[in-house]
Amino acid sequence: MNTQDSSAAPDELRDDAEGMSYLSHLPRRIVVIYLPLAIFVFVLLFPFYWMAITAVKPNSQLTDYENYSPFWVVGATLEHINYLLFQTSYPGWLWNTILVSVASTFLSLFASVFAAYAIERVRFTGARTTGLLIFLAYLVPPSILFIPLAFIVFNIGIYDSRFALIFTYPTFLIPFCTWLLMGYFRSIPYELEESALVDGATRWQILRRIILPLAVPGLISAGIFAFTLSWNEFIYALTFIQSSENKTIPVGVLTELVRGDIFEWGALMAGALFGSLPVVILYSFFVDHYVSSMTGAVKE
Amino acid sequence: MASRSSPGAISRSGSLLKRFNNSRNALGFVFMLPAAIFLLGFLTYPLGLGVWLGFTDTRIGRAGDFVGLQNYFYLMDDQVFWLSVFNTVVYTLVASILKFALGLWLALILNEKLPFKSFFRAIVLLPWVVPTVLSALAFWWIYDAQFSILSWSLMKLGLIDQPINFLGDPFNARVSVIAANVWRGIPFVAISLLAGLQTIPVSLQEAASLDGATPWKRFRYVTLPMLTPIIAVVMTFSVLFTFTDFQLIYVLTKGGPVNATHLMATLSFQRGIPGGQLGEGAAIAVAMIPFLLASILFSFFGLQRRKWQQGGAD
Repeated sequence: MNTQDSSAAPDELRDDAEGMSYLSHLPRRIVVIYLPLAIFVFVLLFPFYWMAITAVKPNSQLTDYENYSPFWVVGATLEHINYLLFQTSYPGWLWNTILVSVASTFLSLFASVFAAYAIERVRFTGARTTGLLIFLAYLVPPSILFIPLAFIVFNIGIYDSRFALIFTYPTFLIPFCTWLLMGYFRSIPYELEESALVDGATRWQILRRIILPLAVPGLISAGIFAFTLSWNEFIYALTFIQSSENKTIPVGVLTELVRGDIFEWGALMAGALFGSLPVVILYSFFVDHYVSSMTGAVKE
Repeated sequence: MASRSSPGAISRSGSLLKRFNNSRNALGFVFMLPAAIFLLGFLTYPLGLGVWLGFTDTRIGRAGDFVGLQNYFYLMDDQVFWLSVFNTVVYTLVASILKFALGLWLALILNEKLPFKSFFRAIVLLPWVVPTVLSALAFWWIYDAQFSILSWSLMKLGLIDQPINFLGDPFNARVSVIAANVWRGIPFVAISLLAGLQTIPVSLQEAASLDGATPWKRFRYVTLPMLTPIIAVVMTFSVLFTFTDFQLIYVLTKGGPVNATHLMATLSFQRGIPGGQLGEGAAIAVAMIPFLLASILFSFFGLQRRKWQQGGAD
């Protein structure tokens, strides 16, 4: 196309352009695409920048906007991070969050692989209805379940323990993982299974030797996504956990680092930053899996 | 080969296993069992239990008695409850419309030819990846009454004279929480719609532009109709999660000032857990169900339409 040379032409001339080339003119592209994109990116990322810059700002600069530019930091300090890691229960919360997220993710993946395979390929009576019910289960929000769940968790004696979270997180992870894996299993050709069946393989062998190896990308997607969901979970952890040593990061930071009227913004933002980093790092390694699982759930 | 998985010496159990393997229903049942235990025990049962608790006067530490519709009658006369319903509807409507408009815009931008496209796609999704509570804490700091960076920037630009009281004034607080919710929701809508946009064949756009369609017409009569089914699903999810939002409000305002930002979910928590009135909290949660059902039905028909359009068999 005639992008470069015509971009120098005066405005009146450019209006004669026809068809798709209207977007190809550089000045126009800047206004229509690059500028909005830059604003979007700035707004979407600014809170993270603000989080990070606050986490390393010395207290003297935090609220002194007269003498220091708030957007930058002179003489960054590790004082807040040091405080967070060595004088609060933060490392314990981090460990709890990891433990709970990993355990509930594996539990959910285990249950979901079997459920998805059964619904998609074993095709028992009522498999389609079950699939639909699983989808509906995905739509039941934790905000309407936490009160009765608190009741149940209390009555079976796992209140205020990590098990309370490990056993309740699968309620929103299993529907999601099953739904996602159903889509992956559907894409694996029937013929592979048929020939294995003819060769005398059992269902279990088919699942283990044929389906699972082929569904590894799906398993990774579901696993990453489930891990992030349980890492981010808040309302159950807030309701079911009482003692400081069992709290997860979101709950711990909010309930124990925020006290009274004196906000230690540096420590709070450091806590938020460190709580976000593990999922962000995981995400950065598996962006495509992540996107495919997110859009996969929407696209069926 | 089948006998390898069963103890070879006992042939009878081997044949049993074979028969079992051949029965779809028995196998389906066993395979469904782990998921079913979790979902029935921790999802279906609590859902029913929640409805039951709504009819009782259960408190924390005290088993309740059946009191019929008393909780609901009480809520009918409760100004705060109706305020929370109003807030929830406004919050959901405004935030969803903004998320949709901005998300679609961002999706259209990202669908253009761009350098570093996958990089942009990756960083745009960040607000959605980071735990809501933690990003909400950053917003809390950004909305600080005294040291807000927004107030400071606007004052430097000479647009305002004194810091904005973001979370202390009812109207400002509503705008602020909606802005934070939109911030977190845009990536989900944008990336999902982008995935939808990428499934639209380029040839359709080319054909339309050969026929002389303007960019707006191409968007209106080609892109939008092709995108409608996925928009329906994405927005149903978005509405559902916005309607039941809890975390953002709990961090930023805890429902204040004077209940101006209390949503049904936060009110249900406040009455049920710190307040100890499990029955009443459950009743508020149950009151959300009709709205959710409406969304789910909407989603169901959205999905149906998609299947018809694509002529899919399933």
